[in-house]
Amino acid sequence: MAQTIPLSWYLAISAVLFAMGALGVLIRRNPLIIFMSVELMLNAANLAFVAFARFFGVLTGQIFVFFVMTVSAAEVAVGLALIVIIFRNKHSIDVDLMNSLKG
Amino acid sequence: MNLTLILFIVLAAVAVSSAAGLLVSRNTVYAALFLVLNFATVAVFYLMLGAPFIALAQVTIYAGAIMVLFLFVIMLLGSEKLPRGQALPFQRPLAIVLATVLLAEAGFLLFQRLRLTASLANPEASVNTTETLRILGMTLFNQYLLPFEVTSVLLLVAMVGVIVLTKKQKGEQG
Repeated sequence: MAQTIPLSWYLAISAVLFAMGALGVLIRRNPLIIFMSVELMLNAANLAFVAFARFFGVLTGQIFVFFVMTVSAAEVAVGLALIVIIFRNKHSIDVDLMNSLKG
Repeated sequence: MNLTLILFIVLAAVAVSSAAGLLVSRNTVYAALFLVLNFATVAVFYLMLGAPFIALAQVTIYAGAIMVLFLFVIMLLGSEKLPRGQALPFQRPLAIVLATVLLAEAGFLLFQRLRLTASLANPEASVNTTETLRILGMTLFNQYLLPFEVTSVLLLVAMVGVIVLTKKQKGEQG
């Protein structure tokens, strides 16, 4: 019964989510939301991986997605710790205040 | 219109609108909850693509662990409201133009390669889930055993790094 969804539809939704994540990184100034947008982009890439894995009939894409998830978990832990330290030092997390390294 | 198609369209609408909600919400907690919804819809996409292991890993790792960590930090920082004023007046229009260009490029490549994707459009309709899971486990623990072990070291490094980073310096008060 199942007429399968074409691969290009999955790739299209993945591209839209990736572009929205990139837009979020560019327009928002709250580092927590910037971070969530990065997660959204990683997720869009994962979706493309799984779609290609399904349509090429190999499982390697799914294994790669598993590794991407692990790396992003580590990345979130370290990044949120950095945000907490910045808040502790500057009493704000506005990205405009992170200019101590500016010459 | 069959059921799969309707399901796909509804899920796509939910995914895109929850991502839009993430972009526009002023309250950080709402943004995090929108992102949880987005992760959940992507997990259903994974199920539709015959990847149940990845779908459940998505729900437990992303929607579970990572977003709980995000919510912890949001509540720790008092979900601070940042001032609304723009530091750079041209930032938002420029960002929107750049994101549109990115999307147009992706769409162009997608439709330029449409013949490739069309030839791949019909995999065998039914996937034997149990068999897929068995092969996935065998591949992960034979061919990709070394990368799998390296991820455990990576997680250990992240854990130690976070503890060192957030430890109070000697002499620093409360």
